[in-house]
Amino acid sequence: MGAINTLVQGVLLGGLYALFATGLSLTFGIMRLVNLAHGDFIVLAAFLALAAGQALGLPPITALAVVIPAMAGLGYALQRGLLNRTLGNDMLRPLLVTFGLSVIVQNLLLEGFSADSQKLQGGAWETASIGLGGGLFVGVYPLIVFALAVLVIGGLQLLFYRTELGRVFRATSDDRETVGLMGANNNHINAMAMAIAMGVVGLAGVLFAIRTNFDPAGGGSRLLFAFEAVIIGGLGNLWGTLAGGVVLGVAQAIGGAINPGWQILAGHIAFLIVLLVRPQGLFPRVAH
Amino acid sequence: MSRARTIRIGLGLAAVAVLLSLPLWGGRANMRLVIEICCYLTLAQMWNLLAGYAGIVSVGQQAWVGLGGYLMVSSALFLHINPLLAIPLAGLASALVAIPVGFLVFRLRGPYFAIGTWVVAEVFRLGFAQVSPLGGGSGLSLPATVVRDMAPNAATREGLIYYSAAGLAVGAVVLVYILLRRPIGLAFTAIRDSEEASSSLGVDTYRLKFVVWVLAAFGTALAGGILFLQKLRISPDAAFSVQDWTAFVIFIVVIGGLGAIEGPIVGVALFFTLRSLLSNYGSWYLILLGLLATVVMLAAPKGLWGLVHGRTGWELFPLRRKLIR
Repeated sequence: MGAINTLVQGVLLGGLYALFATGLSLTFGIMRLVNLAHGDFIVLAAFLALAAGQALGLPPITALAVVIPAMAGLGYALQRGLLNRTLGNDMLRPLLVTFGLSVIVQNLLLEGFSADSQKLQGGAWETASIGLGGGLFVGVYPLIVFALAVLVIGGLQLLFYRTELGRVFRATSDDRETVGLMGANNNHINAMAMAIAMGVVGLAGVLFAIRTNFDPAGGGSRLLFAFEAVIIGGLGNLWGTLAGGVVLGVAQAIGGAINPGWQILAGHIAFLIVLLVRPQGLFPRVAH
Repeated sequence: MSRARTIRIGLGLAAVAVLLSLPLWGGRANMRLVIEICCYLTLAQMWNLLAGYAGIVSVGQQAWVGLGGYLMVSSALFLHINPLLAIPLAGLASALVAIPVGFLVFRLRGPYFAIGTWVVAEVFRLGFAQVSPLGGGSGLSLPATVVRDMAPNAATREGLIYYSAAGLAVGAVVLVYILLRRPIGLAFTAIRDSEEASSSLGVDTYRLKFVVWVLAAFGTALAGGILFLQKLRISPDAAFSVQDWTAFVIFIVVIGGLGAIEGPIVGVALFFTLRSLLSNYGSWYLILLGLLATVVMLAAPKGLWGLVHGRTGWELFPLRRKLIR
């Protein structure tokens, strides 16, 4: 039963990693922008929830009502004010500007909150679990996180394939210049994409902060997990990203069960193996 | 001989003379500082060769700094090789490791390549943290017996490390210069300006990029070996620090001037000046550096040296090809 428990935990952890990865996948898919500060924004969202809880006395889950709009607004402003200027043929510019942002965000958090490790207290349900019989237990909280990941990805799919905005997103992904010629405002579309991506980052950051300890230096690892989920799943496919997150979560759970020191390492190695045997990812781009 | 050429040769000779004679008049603190400056100059030249010429953006160069450091320590500790000799061996071994790693990460395109190199560095960091003979996660210090192998007294040891670092930095600058003056340099510049166009004109971009990738790993690992021989202490977090060995280096190159040999020199000078001025401000210094790099990237993509070159036409390392009738 121990082995199955480990597996189930890994699958559920994959939901959180898929939420980490969604924003990264979205901005790359729509505007070919890879945000190296992505992980630091996840950590920023966690600290925002912490600050909101301290200032307004809000429990973490209601802090979401503050954090998600705040992150989405920040995303919109950041894209319009800064990142749109970096887009173009030179991939160096967005990479280096977002790398600079990453160092800035990380050190601002360090100044504001010190290097101490923090955690959000979700309440008693955080540690509650459901017995499935035969010694198999599933944590309520990881289950909620996984369900939220499925909901978010399903919602985004609906947005992409059933709405006006989604159609413009897909068109931008195919050919940004022509969309501009058709009268769409590229700067606004990009900013909307970043706002949605950062809204998901807000959700992911709060869920992450309830699950584990976090500190200002943790952004890099979150970026790597997100990136690995995207590549394992295959570029341009959000359900693939969920599968990528699950593969990563299971690999980490298995590694951690063998030796706690191997947890993160096992995830990275699973990623490198996928890169070696199937570089296009498990479920590469679906045709629009 | 033209006047510009006389000035260039004069400047070069003066720089070498200062470097060579510094141990005679500089004092220990300055020697230590110059060792660090020389290592950072090497790291910056290597990163500039990757990003500024071959169009390879790596944010995982700390992999090679750390590997160079750890291989130097391990061969001194377990194979009883003189640490100074262990440095070039560590460099060569790291270059060998860079070949299979290159095959793997070169499967990733553009921005994803960058993050892939970071994953590799993390694998190295977490991997070395599992090796208990090397002190695991907390690392280890080089024992006094090993250090005495190098030279019996401290002054000689520091002199040896100093001249290795100075030689490495001068070597890195000269190597990049020679490389870029050869026909292969034209190919690099072509890749930098447009990978598709140069590829369609017969430049084997994959092979060239691969060669630069391995060469940069070699130079970076040599710097890592010297850095940790000077520190005499190594740990996974210090050896594979993305901030120390990649973020700072990227800021140096971007602020100084990407795609010019002079860029890293200007960047290193500015970096160490700012560091000594702002050392009391902690993270604010890093925030300022990040802001500066962002502004430079947006407003002057060729960096400070690009501004100087644009205004005056100066070149310390002439690489422009002129048409001769």
